Amino acid sequence: MTTKIKLENVSKIFGPKPKSVIPMIKDGKSKEEILAETNHTVGVYDASLDIKKGEVFVIMGLSGSGKSTLIRCFNLLNKPTTGSIFIDDVDIVSADKTLLKQIRQEKIAMVFQHFGLFSHRTILSNVEYGLEVRNVPKEERRDIAMKNIEIVGLKGYEDKYPDELSGGMQQRVGLARALANDPDVLLMDEPFSALDPLIRREMQLELLDIQERLQKTIIFITHDVNEAFKLGDRVAVMKDGHVVQVGTPEEIIESPANDYITEFIKDIDRSKVFQAEHIMIKPNALVSTKDGVKVAIKEMKENGISSVFVVDRSRQVKGIVTIDDAIAAVKEKKTLEDILRDDYSVVNKDEYINDLIPKALESKYPLAVVNDEDKLVGFILRVHVLSGLVSEDVEESDQYFN
Amino acid sequence: MGNFPDITTNIGGFVKNLVDFLDDKLELFFDFIFFISSRTINGIEEVLVWMPWWSFILIIFLLGWYFKSFFSGILYGFFIFLIGTFGLWEDMMTTIAIILTSVIICLILGIPLGVWMAFNKGFSNVMRPLLDAMQTMPSFVYLIPAIFFFGLGNVSAIFATLIYALPPVIRLTELAIRGVDKEVIESAQSFGSSRWQMLKKVQLPQALPTIMAGVNQTTMMALAMVVIASMVGAQGLGEQVLVAINRIDISLGFEAGISIVFLAIIIDRITNGVAGKFQKHRGVS
Repeated sequence: MTTKIKLENVSKIFGPKPKSVIPMIKDGKSKEEILAETNHTVGVYDASLDIKKGEVFVIMGLSGSGKSTLIRCFNLLNKPTTGSIFIDDVDIVSADKTLLKQIRQEKIAMVFQHFGLFSHRTILSNVEYGLEVRNVPKEERRDIAMKNIEIVGLKGYEDKYPDELSGGMQQRVGLARALANDPDVLLMDEPFSALDPLIRREMQLELLDIQERLQKTIIFITHDVNEAFKLGDRVAVMKDGHVVQVGTPEEIIESPANDYITEFIKDIDRSKVFQAEHIMIKPNALVSTKDGVKVAIKEMKENGISSVFVVDRSRQVKGIVTIDDAIAAVKEKKTLEDILRDDYSVVNKDEYINDLIPKALESKYPLAVVNDEDKLVGFILRVHVLSGLVSEDVEESDQYFN
Repeated sequence: MGNFPDITTNIGGFVKNLVDFLDDKLELFFDFIFFISSRTINGIEEVLVWMPWWSFILIIFLLGWYFKSFFSGILYGFFIFLIGTFGLWEDMMTTIAIILTSVIICLILGIPLGVWMAFNKGFSNVMRPLLDAMQTMPSFVYLIPAIFFFGLGNVSAIFATLIYALPPVIRLTELAIRGVDKEVIESAQSFGSSRWQMLKKVQLPQALPTIMAGVNQTTMMALAMVVIASMVGAQGLGEQVLVAINRIDISLGFEAGISIVFLAIIIDRITNGVAGKFQKHRGVS
């Protein structure tokens, strides 16, 4: 994937003489010390990020960590004190007024925590706003606005006013308004924080849905770890204006950069971050339908398991064989295919542990894990579903149980 | 003893010289203002007097009905009818013409000044004490330069009324523009609005309910000035009050006085109603 936005050493300091305190930060003074000595607030210090085209990049941190300051640098609502921001290789920090206006009108749109809707305008004319500013003809902007109102599921509400809508619906308007400009980059500043948990979950799923269709580059701010890991392709963790760690959710959970992050991710719901492929066991050798019963028994003995999946030549799962059936089959001279059982469950490797739990409960046998082409890539014992929920590394356990 | 030392300053004399100087040098300018103002007043008054009496009452009734309630409309219409029965119909029209003209000029000057103050901290710092002075200076004091500039008559009355009634609309406009939600401003900025688009499409409409509250205040203050303004020759209900005082005529005094109260009630409720209509959907309580 190509880089869409590149931040190089971006700092944002608030106060009468922002540049004067840069040396102090370089000397390692803390945010509090600088505030006490010089009355300057360090919003963001030395942030360098690479954001790729089409990814959902989440910036996560507690309040006061500088995440809202940072996201406002992307469209220059906050002009960085030092550093450069490249969008498609154009440095926007040094952009003049005309170019900045053009970038804001065409490339980048923002969704706000408290929606930032214009209460004196109807939903339709709220969504039209960005187009109106660009002087798009009336008919055309109406059509575009209606299309986007439909995308966010608010058809029929276009003549209402924002105060007549619920919080969740208002944020849909915020999203439609941002999408109407057809921007490459979508900035979302804690867009779901003001919503109640149920609506929040619904909106998160819908955002992922919309993202799948439209493939924007999304920069998403949140203080909620679960939200960050659910939505983010990659996550940056911020503390006191510094970017502390950048990585995929799995990378951050597996190897947190410091104690702060360890603490931060303590109450993460692992079942919603880890997927089947993270906890599955990759079989050493596959038992194929053309193999004999004895091969299957050997495989089970070696791995210390009581059942094994059997695949055909193209690695499609044909069934499962238990150790009891296999031993009986040897005595009765049956073939492998005679003793195949088909009451097992199959899961996709991208399914979250959370979704595996009910399947693991119902099934007597291990779960078969397949990839998108339905080929067997591994299996999950019931105990792994459980151990995947606690922080011990599942792959460390070399003894299998069933 | 604590006698004050023998030091004198002559600020009063300085102001007098300033007024003389302005009157001399800016005569044309004041003549121009005089011309515009008197034409406006006369125009409005002519229309009001030309209207059949019942049509005026009907308009007041309809306004009351639309902005308040059916019953209010009837009450306001009845008030106007009563003023007519006092024999003060034409005086009432003159007073309304003076107030309307004052308010129109107040808005034309006040809203841009308020917007400018909201955008420019320095200008706001200069204006604030000036506005304080305009509101606290006894109104009789600026009747004197008014006579210098415009002579006796309705225009002087408007000048004096302006000084007294202008501050609320300026202050509330500034307050309203500054008070627009920060995220709403940011969202308008994030779409690449120019400064003018931002003002026209977002800030002013968002500020409108508060500005309307300022308009209401300004109107009421203009009404409060009618008696004082009649001292520099304004006609209308104020003049009748003044006449009643000179003649110690209790009945005329009461009738003219209660007419002003009726007008105040009607104008207050109707402008309040207008402000209320604007508040709908704007999240201002």
